[in-house]
Amino acid sequence: MSTPVLELDSLSVGFATDRGLVRAVEAVSFRVAPGEMLAVVGESGCGKSVTALAVMGLLPGSAQVGGRILFDGRDAREAQRGRDLAMVFQEPMTSLNPAFTAGEQVAEALRKHRGLAPRAAFDAAVEMLSRAHIPDAARRARQYPHQLSGGMRQRVMIAMALACRPRLLLCDEPTTALDVTVQAQIMALLDELRRETGTAVVLITHDLGVVADRADQVAVMYAGRVVEAAPAAQLFATPQHPYTVGLLGAAPRLVGGGGRLASIEGTVPDPLNLPPGCRFAPRCPFAVARCNEAPPLAEVSPGHSAACWRAPLDQVLAA
Amino acid sequence: MNLLELRDLRKLFPVRDALGRRRGAVRAVDGVSLSVAQGEVLAIVGESGCGKSTLGRLALRLIEPDEGQVRFAGEDLRALSPAALRARRRDMQLIFQDPFASLDPRMTVEAAIAEPLRLHGVVPRGQESAKVAEWLERVGLRADHARRWPHEFSGGQRQRIAIARALASGPKLVIGDEPVSALDVSIQAQVVNLLQDLIRDLGLTFVLISHDLAVVRHIADRVAVMYLGRIVELGETEQVFARPRHPYTRALLAAVPGQGAKAPPLAGDVPSPMSPPSGCRFHTRCAHAVARCREVDPMLPSEAHAAACHLAAELPAAVAPHETETGGERLRRLQAFFTQGTAA
Ligand SMILES: Nc1ncnc2c1ncn2[C@@H]1O[C@H](COP(=O)(O)OP(=O)(O)OP(=O)(O)O)[C@@H](O)[C@H]1O
Ligand SMILES: Nc1ncnc2c1ncn2[C@@H]1O[C@H](COP(=O)(O)OP(=O)(O)O)[C@@H](O)[C@H]1O
Ligand code: SF4
Ligand SMILES: [Mg+2]
Ligand SMILES: [Mg+2]
Repeated sequence: MSTPVLELDSLSVGFATDRGLVRAVEAVSFRVAPGEMLAVVGESGCGKSVTALAVMGLLPGSAQVGGRILFDGRDAREAQRGRDLAMVFQEPMTSLNPAFTAGEQVAEALRKHRGLAPRAAFDAAVEMLSRAHIPDAARRARQYPHQLSGGMRQRVMIAMALACRPRLLLCDEPTTALDVTVQAQIMALLDELRRETGTAVVLITHDLGVVADRADQVAVMYAGRVVEAAPAAQLFATPQHPYTVGLLGAAPRLVGGGGRLASIEGTVPDPLNLPPGCRFAPRCPFAVARCNEAPPLAEVSPGHSAACWRAPLDQVLAA
Repeated sequence: MNLLELRDLRKLFPVRDALGRRRGAVRAVDGVSLSVAQGEVLAIVGESGCGKSTLGRLALRLIEPDEGQVRFAGEDLRALSPAALRARRRDMQLIFQDPFASLDPRMTVEAAIAEPLRLHGVVPRGQESAKVAEWLERVGLRADHARRWPHEFSGGQRQRIAIARALASGPKLVIGDEPVSALDVSIQAQVVNLLQDLIRDLGLTFVLISHDLAVVRHIADRVAVMYLGRIVELGETEQVFARPRHPYTRALLAAVPGQGAKAPPLAGDVPSPMSPPSGCRFHTRCAHAVARCREVDPMLPSEAHAAACHLAAELPAAVAPHETETGGERLRRLQAFFTQGTAA
């Protein structure tokens, strides 16, 4: 296998707070191959954003970081933000500068990282905006963020992030704040530009439908840990972790019956007061005595791992 | 019998510039008629800004329409005196999206649920506590939660409290404005199940405002699809989802993720509700539009499954949503453990 663009090796992030240590991310390992899309899924608070911020080097000073983050095989701290790796956030308004036009902001990235002259940078920015399917790009490039719709702002963010053809793009819930028809546009755009530029993408989302449609690989997180990792098709065909099984049952479907949803009882644990062994044990219908110890993320079949003592769950069904 | 009847409702919000001069108006609800039968679950779907919440607030007379009528149990709500309207409030309640904002942080759970009980004299004085305990258990919480404060609860628990508070006065009609949209999927499933149980057990008439088509498909008997202040399609959930008639409904359904990587069904953004397009409001984005669509405003016919589209009868057959199949029988058997308990 070629060198992964991104490799997390047992990443842990803790935050010292006045209520104690918040263990936000613990022993998270995964790899992203060049050009590939890895989806990181899980419910709010499971550590998705903290993982992405750690990769970008954007964690606050209070964070205690352990493990290794490798970019192209080297310490990620040596990689250059904006040129080698870039990030798109859920709320584009917080990452766009309200005082500059859309075109100026994309042009600024091109000047800084590709050394283009101001005039050439602005022209390249307009070109990039039009590749991001912004209608009438030359006019929109002269508008300020507040003059653009939410979907348009997210296109500007994506144009800006991909303008320098980074090797890796991190997208943290890029469409969560958008309507479905706009979400479909943005996801198609990301896919299209990713194929053009060969950029690898880490897509953070809680929407399993988006994952099924777009991702090559999936990592499911629960309470700070990766509980299952597999190629997307395999994860949906034969989920091996009880949490993944529960998540798939909890999401209402667009087709088929209207019976009761197979909901997971209870709530995610308090990060200050995590259960000792498997963190899913208090909600898990498959739990046994051994679940008081933490299960390692172990391979169940080639390329498919689950952190569960009872995986593969087919044993449970056979019994 | 229709519990709620809306006739030709119109609500405009004036828009002013920085100097306070009137620059026009947002046509938030622009000619909507809709009936909700006793015991029915009706969903209002559509994208952000199409007027769902405004319609919900008009239906409860929380805001005044510029034009049109609201009848509740046959009675014209606009003709009621303020005192009569206050008494009627007992029968109509609203559940909001944001469980964090809808509960007063200075009120204990007991006080929050007891307030409507007292206000409407639901139980004799002194018996509120017992009733609060009953409600807490009914929504899946514990009686001893009554003494706690809202901030001590998770989002899902707060939404349960908000549901108990809304139902405590014994309303006939409940409007839920995105009641599960802010919740994580596993918690959302719990609250969806709870709402469905309560609707069935209490025989509630429920209007579900939502932008989530899968949730709507799961809960609602009938669906109204809104676009730019209008209802563009109305019909039984099964019908609308299996055979959508309006091009906008078709696009909306096709855009729901989980159906494979497809080309986006619609380009561009929704036009400004301050100056909606002439003729059919959807014509600027509609793949089927003809000259008539630009000129003539199509009406919503009074059929069981109706679409406000000139071409509704001529369009090619709709492609029903097609979700990528996952897991099959194996997954169903594994999921059964979540509903049946342990597999140890
Ligand atoms: N009080 C108000 N003053 C001015 N404009 C308003 C007001 N309330 C709503 N609007 C506008 O009316 C239109 C319809 O708004 P409404 O809140 O009903 O939409 P919605 O369908 O509920 O959207 P969402 O899905 O975002 O909740 C929007 O353009 C909105 O900006
Ligand atoms: N700066 C911080 N200080 C303390 N705790 C934090 C901080 N940032 C995140 N956390 C906590 O870390 C956990 C993971 O958060 P996050 O990665 O944002 O979750 P999500 O999966 O929703 O993106 C949560 O419990 C969150 O409250
Ligand atoms: S390790 Fe035990 S508790 Fe954890 S998911 Fe597996 S069976 Fe459930
Ligand atoms: Mg996050
Ligand atoms: Mg609304």
